[in-house]
Amino acid sequence: MKSSVITFPGSNCDRDMDVALKKFGFNNKMVWHDDNELPKSDLVVLPGGFSYGDYLRCGSMASKSKIMQSVINFAKSGGLVMGICNGFQILVETGLVPGVLLRNKYLEFICKNVFVKLDNKENSYFKNLNKDIFEFHIAHNEGNYFCTKDQLKEIEDNNQIAIYYCNKEGKIEDQYNPNGSIKNIAGIFNKEKNVLGMMPHPERMIDQSLSGEDGSIFFKNLINNIK
Amino acid sequence: MEVNEQIAIDHGLKSDEYKKICQLLKRTPNITELGIFSAMWNEHCSYKSSRLHLKKLPTKGKKVIQGPGENAGVIDIEDGDAIVFKIESHNHPSFIEPYQGAATGVGGIMRDVFTMGARPIANLNSIHFGSPQHKKTKNLLRGVVHGIGGYGNCMGVPTIAGQTSFDSSYNGNILVNAMTLGLVKKNKIFYSKATGLNKPVIYVGSKTGRDGIHGASMASASFDEKIEEKKPTVQVGDPFTEKLLLEACLELMAGDSIIAIQDMGAAGLTSSSIEMASKGNLGIEINLNKVPCRETKMTPYEIMLSESQERMLIVLENGKEEIAKKIFDKWNLDFAVIGKTTNSKNIELFFNQEKVAKIPVNILVENSPMYDRKWKKSKLPKKNKIKNEVLNKLKIKDVLMKILSNQNICSKEWIWQQYDHTVMGDTIQKPGGDSGVVRVHGTNKAVAASVDSSAVYCWAHPLTGGKQVVAESWRNLISVGAKPIAITNCLNFGSPEKEDNMGEFVECVQGIGEASKYLNFPVVSGNVSFYNQTKEVGIKPTPSIGGVGLIKDYKKMISMDLKEVDNLVLIIGKTEGHIDQSLFARTILDEKNGPPPEVNLFNEKNNGESILNLIDKGYVKSAHDISLGGLLVAISKMCIKGNKGIKINKSKKLINEIEYFFAEDQGRYLIEVNKEDLKEVTKILNKNSVHHEELGIITQNDMIINEKTKVTIDELKSYYTNWLSKYMS
Repeated sequence: MKSSVITFPGSNCDRDMDVALKKFGFNNKMVWHDDNELPKSDLVVLPGGFSYGDYLRCGSMASKSKIMQSVINFAKSGGLVMGICNGFQILVETGLVPGVLLRNKYLEFICKNVFVKLDNKENSYFKNLNKDIFEFHIAHNEGNYFCTKDQLKEIEDNNQIAIYYCNKEGKIEDQYNPNGSIKNIAGIFNKEKNVLGMMPHPERMIDQSLSGEDGSIFFKNLINNIK
Repeated sequence: MEVNEQIAIDHGLKSDEYKKICQLLKRTPNITELGIFSAMWNEHCSYKSSRLHLKKLPTKGKKVIQGPGENAGVIDIEDGDAIVFKIESHNHPSFIEPYQGAATGVGGIMRDVFTMGARPIANLNSIHFGSPQHKKTKNLLRGVVHGIGGYGNCMGVPTIAGQTSFDSSYNGNILVNAMTLGLVKKNKIFYSKATGLNKPVIYVGSKTGRDGIHGASMASASFDEKIEEKKPTVQVGDPFTEKLLLEACLELMAGDSIIAIQDMGAAGLTSSSIEMASKGNLGIEINLNKVPCRETKMTPYEIMLSESQERMLIVLENGKEEIAKKIFDKWNLDFAVIGKTTNSKNIELFFNQEKVAKIPVNILVENSPMYDRKWKKSKLPKKNKIKNEVLNKLKIKDVLMKILSNQNICSKEWIWQQYDHTVMGDTIQKPGGDSGVVRVHGTNKAVAASVDSSAVYCWAHPLTGGKQVVAESWRNLISVGAKPIAITNCLNFGSPEKEDNMGEFVECVQGIGEASKYLNFPVVSGNVSFYNQTKEVGIKPTPSIGGVGLIKDYKKMISMDLKEVDNLVLIIGKTEGHIDQSLFARTILDEKNGPPPEVNLFNEKNNGESILNLIDKGYVKSAHDISLGGLLVAISKMCIKGNKGIKINKSKKLINEIEYFFAEDQGRYLIEVNKEDLKEVTKILNKNSVHHEELGIITQNDMIINEKTKVTIDELKSYYTNWLSKYMS
């Protein structure tokens, strides 16, 4: 299975994603933001970091970089595109997924483990997973998902909510919401479910010695789903 | 502008220093030259008050590849790998402008590390604030934490450990010390020594602006009420550009184009160019019109003294300019050939076709002033006699509650949750443990690092305090199963011109030297920050020690959380009941006098090495060193982290219960062992003559002390975890 990770100036989780994808069997290539063409890929990942310093709205500069036109075309033709953290911010800036990501409610960067609950397994990312609650890791300053009422209705009608922040038992309540996201949303799909944006970093949870191993479960399942 | 003595004094030079300059030059310097002298001869850059004493520190060892004198120290971690590391202060700027001050402190230390060819793999910091009741403390703390996070998070380097303290002596002078570790191949280390004539001198990175002019001079002065006026001397950080600079430099370093490289830190282009020339015993010629500038009409004086961040100076091999330019273009960074190396042994600056400065390099470096300042020896204070009646009135639970929730003990999670501590995917011990630990990417090895300081002990008796900080750093590494290798030190003190403060400095350095020599734990890098005083009142002497150690098999790393019910907890090292200068004495008895606990280096070494031996044999399930707050605080943290209880039975014959539980005797650890291993563990400890005793047995829940005091884990947690977040909300 072939994957591509895009490196923007300021990306800093590109290597971590490369390590994770390779560990679970992907033949991964790093792709420079200034390239025109995507290599042939079964999965494209927009990694975390601070593309262009995030000095403008997070992800907005990166969403206009050269390679993104190919990524957008790839997504529109049904290719799998996953944006993690800053990658999610880039995805909302391209309009591939709806909504925006605001600054965290308490105005502080948060780095910690959280629990998330999957809402919908009818997609290439979560299909065949045998559990619904995952422990993932977040590290962000702007992860407060927001959208209009109309958008929210559409998102819900189309089952586009990918994951919710919750507690260990899967309870989705305000107290388990780390950043103020509307409806505890931690990740979201496009309508067709081939594009996934999420704040948590599964690539930081691929080894018992790290924050945990739920990332391994996610990646192992992902490559099997693509095969 | 005609230079005269008053202008020199306004630049922070002393009258006799100005006379010396005129004498050495055999003429009056022009304003640009005066600026250069003031930048090179201030305390921050020249170490004029400290050099004499720093020379006495042990800096060599089998594992030391590079000691002090370069951008950072380098140690060998086997298999061709090396760790580059250093700690540095950014105290003065952080007090004036906490966000930018702290951010650029972090940026500066990372540059020091990647200048040597190493990719930064971990950040640490030691930050000290005034009393929580002081009106500025909250904002300073928030600003500093945001600044450290803002820079480190954007760079994608995990912040894995740190230390925070509060003490009213920092009310007018907070301390911000930042430390970075980088990983490099032993045969790919880069140095700042320029060699060869007519080699191109390259400027890369950000453009030069008017920010930070005279930053280093500001850092060499005391504060008064006009300090806010110095805001323009604080640099402004741009972590995004630094991330690009890091990647670009490492890309260029992969080839063979670079002869020497030096970051532009304190005193900017001045110190970087002069250091490179001085180390190579060469001259350097710079055309200032070629320096990329952010603002118009910058004068030679401003260009030379700007402390704009994220800039590097490189001496390239001839003919490699195009290769280098291509890389910096790719990363969208400025690149300019601004000069060349010469055999004149002068620094010569040109601007608009005119020579605007010419100074022999050796005058600036070797002839820089060095002072043997007067200093006052301190006496060991007399021990307090604490009456048993006073102690017996106290309830253990009440005391424990107060100490666990004390600002200097309580959990600092509010702080470290704002630092990305997991990026790079190798953090195997997060902040909150005895040391932070990161794996050496792609290997079975891991590197542990910790940063410590004990200002109270150093204040009470600098010599003992100096030894203690090194010993504590050593213990913190041992406690995670790492073999300690070397340290870096950041020496934060008051004015060297005052005999008391200078005495604190001299004796702390002596203590650090004695301990690091005995423990074979050499000092490989560091920095001195004097003049941490406001209106004549100095801070408590605060040397920060950053220790680094190696874990050969990362799966053998130890953490402090209690692991299993029915396992035993042993105390390693003897509890004598030393209460003076303990947190207990200060907060419960309100007693601020007396000597700090004695440091027995033989016991430190013996106890530490024995524990490493036990860890290596797999007998230790969890470990924690006993430091600030004493025994009961140490075991409480282990219970909280492991979510387990303990049944403690203190034998009756010994010292008073309160002294036993809250004394701060040194050289002690707690270790968890399996009952079945006890015999073998005891045998090893006895053979090595290590004092040990049983503290208790691990239980499912509750801490029960001598069958009469019960504290639940939830109670422990609530004392320990809530103070800081409540304070900041």
